[in-house]
Amino acid sequence: MYEFLSGPMVWIAFIIFIAGSLYRIIYMLQGAKKDKIVFPHMSFKHSVASLIHWMIPFNSRYMRQRPIFTIISFAFHICLVFTPIFLLAHIVLFDESWNISWWHIPDEVADWMAIVVIAGGIFYLLRRLTDPVVNNVTDASDYLLLTITVLPFITGFIAYHQWFDNRTMIILHMIAGEIMLIAIPFTRLSHMLFFVFTRAYYGSESGYIRRSKDW
Amino acid sequence: MAEEAKTQEEKPQDKRPLVSRVPVKDKEMLDLLLADRGVTYYEEMKKFPVDTEAFKKTLDASCKSRIRTWLKICAHCGMCADTCFFYLANDRDPKQVPSYKIQSTLGEIVKRNGDVDTDFMINCMDTAWGKCTCCNRCGMYCPHGIDMGVMFGYTRGLCFSQGFVPHEMKIGSGMHWIFNAQMDVTVEDYVETCEWMVEENEEYYPGLTIPVDKVGADIMYVVNAREPKHYPQDLAVAAILFHLAGESWTVPSKGWEGTSLAMFAGDWACCKQQVENVYAAMERLKVKRYVGTECGHQHRATITEGPYWAGRKSGDPPVPGLHYVEWVLEALETGKLKLDPAKKIKEPCTLQDPCNYVRNHGLTDVTRKIMSYIAEDFREMSPNREHNFCCGGGGGMNGIGRYRKERNIGLKVKRDQILATGTKFVVSACHNCWDAIRDLEEVYKIGIKWSFLKPILLEMVIVPDHLKPKEEEEGANE
Repeated sequence: MYEFLSGPMVWIAFIIFIAGSLYRIIYMLQGAKKDKIVFPHMSFKHSVASLIHWMIPFNSRYMRQRPIFTIISFAFHICLVFTPIFLLAHIVLFDESWNISWWHIPDEVADWMAIVVIAGGIFYLLRRLTDPVVNNVTDASDYLLLTITVLPFITGFIAYHQWFDNRTMIILHMIAGEIMLIAIPFTRLSHMLFFVFTRAYYGSESGYIRRSKDW
Repeated sequence: MAEEAKTQEEKPQDKRPLVSRVPVKDKEMLDLLLADRGVTYYEEMKKFPVDTEAFKKTLDASCKSRIRTWLKICAHCGMCADTCFFYLANDRDPKQVPSYKIQSTLGEIVKRNGDVDTDFMINCMDTAWGKCTCCNRCGMYCPHGIDMGVMFGYTRGLCFSQGFVPHEMKIGSGMHWIFNAQMDVTVEDYVETCEWMVEENEEYYPGLTIPVDKVGADIMYVVNAREPKHYPQDLAVAAILFHLAGESWTVPSKGWEGTSLAMFAGDWACCKQQVENVYAAMERLKVKRYVGTECGHQHRATITEGPYWAGRKSGDPPVPGLHYVEWVLEALETGKLKLDPAKKIKEPCTLQDPCNYVRNHGLTDVTRKIMSYIAEDFREMSPNREHNFCCGGGGGMNGIGRYRKERNIGLKVKRDQILATGTKFVVSACHNCWDAIRDLEEVYKIGIKWSFLKPILLEMVIVPDHLKPKEEEEGANE
């Protein structure tokens, strides 16, 4: 089980993640070509402007209006993406297999980053349950996706602290991580892939066609 | 009486159905719809079936990557909620959250690939026209740039193709098919109105003309059908101001109307034929520039979106298109129009930013610069510029009887914005906004006045000596 999950299954998960993501992006771009108003509306300058304004905290009006949500969202997303990539335990695995390694986050920091993701997940869960506005746009898939997103961090956190049976925990952690990788291209988590494109499009449409700021 | 009642009872069987999937293209049908006032129309709609096969085909052909991606990646975060004035005006009703509104209508249509029923479509119609004015404000605040205003514009088109469209919108697009105008004003009527307005005013403005179809003029001026139909004085004032500014200008006969209720109705084919009329006039008259009247959606239809409807690759109309406010500012800055500073508006006043040429075409500074010429105490609404709220009557909302109650609730946001400025005078260079603010006063009685720019400018403009009537000089001597 451990061997399968840490060997072939990692390959399978990464292949599905990468190939699936490429497929989704290429399919989207092909479709956009047929849409006569997408590419003619694109403008590099306005795309970049929009991305800058929406990727830097408090750089858009809406973020300033909701400071707490902005801080939580940025912290959640930054930790979500960077913790797994720069985690020493992950890099060691790559080093063992392929003899490649890169800079890593100190373990204590990574530990806190995992807590941020878990706490952010709890915040989002409570928000979905208690805020009538968010609750009304929520369906079962939202809870499922939130679980898929946070589970690798919960299991990873427990595994790092060696609570419970460590081997079982690591197996659960690998399963959770692999499910998440596979889910990204095929669920609403794909907003991770499309963010740059939709932001660039909207920025272009606003700046180039509507001559307006979009932040 | 009894006989009349009898014939009326018999009639429905012979009558053509009022609800249909095709646009109104003949006068007889248009008259039937006008006479019905929506009563039978909405009753018929309750039983009107959805052609799911045709719906699937429409979706395949028109629902492209952009909209499908938007629908798929919406994270259901609800951040768009308080960007929507309907949400705010309806006591933060979760059913008024833009993402909910679009997911429960277009989102479902796409998910079920058009396999929906009549009740579903009526709800779509009531949402697309009764809970959204396509002001596009929500899109600006979505972290992913998902524009629900654009998607509701698209949803309206789908509803139209299936016959589920508000009564007045069906008539509106029909008017455009039959008259190339949003109202029953023919080319002859329009030209006559122009002549009439010259006759009425040339005594006070010697040499005043409204040149019709003058080839090679600098400016082609295009109006909103409401002007010749209901406020011909507006046309006269436009002519007077062009005259005083010494402009070389013309109005086209065919192609005189720049608005597009077809755009609000979602009748895409009609949008195309409507705007092509205006473009044909630009080309026929070989004018240098286009100036549209004080109308927001006319600018969006003819200048911003029109080029795409007409399939123009450049994305631009055949000649550069200006909104009236752009011409006014240019005339003020170049000194073509001179205003008497002593006649500036003394009382505090505010400015309505119309979505269609501010958020959707960036004319934010233009109107503010004009305000500096005409007002001594100009106060901004909050929020303003591209962040401004819709007046509450955009997207055809003002004209639809079925949603009058919803519209009046929506007006509360603009009412409170105006009240917060502490002013009693609102300048609005857009027909829809002007109407909404007028109705707002009628419903909520907050004691405000409102005006287009033209009457204000006419009050303040200095008439150059050589354009003054002789009588006035004599009068001045007395």
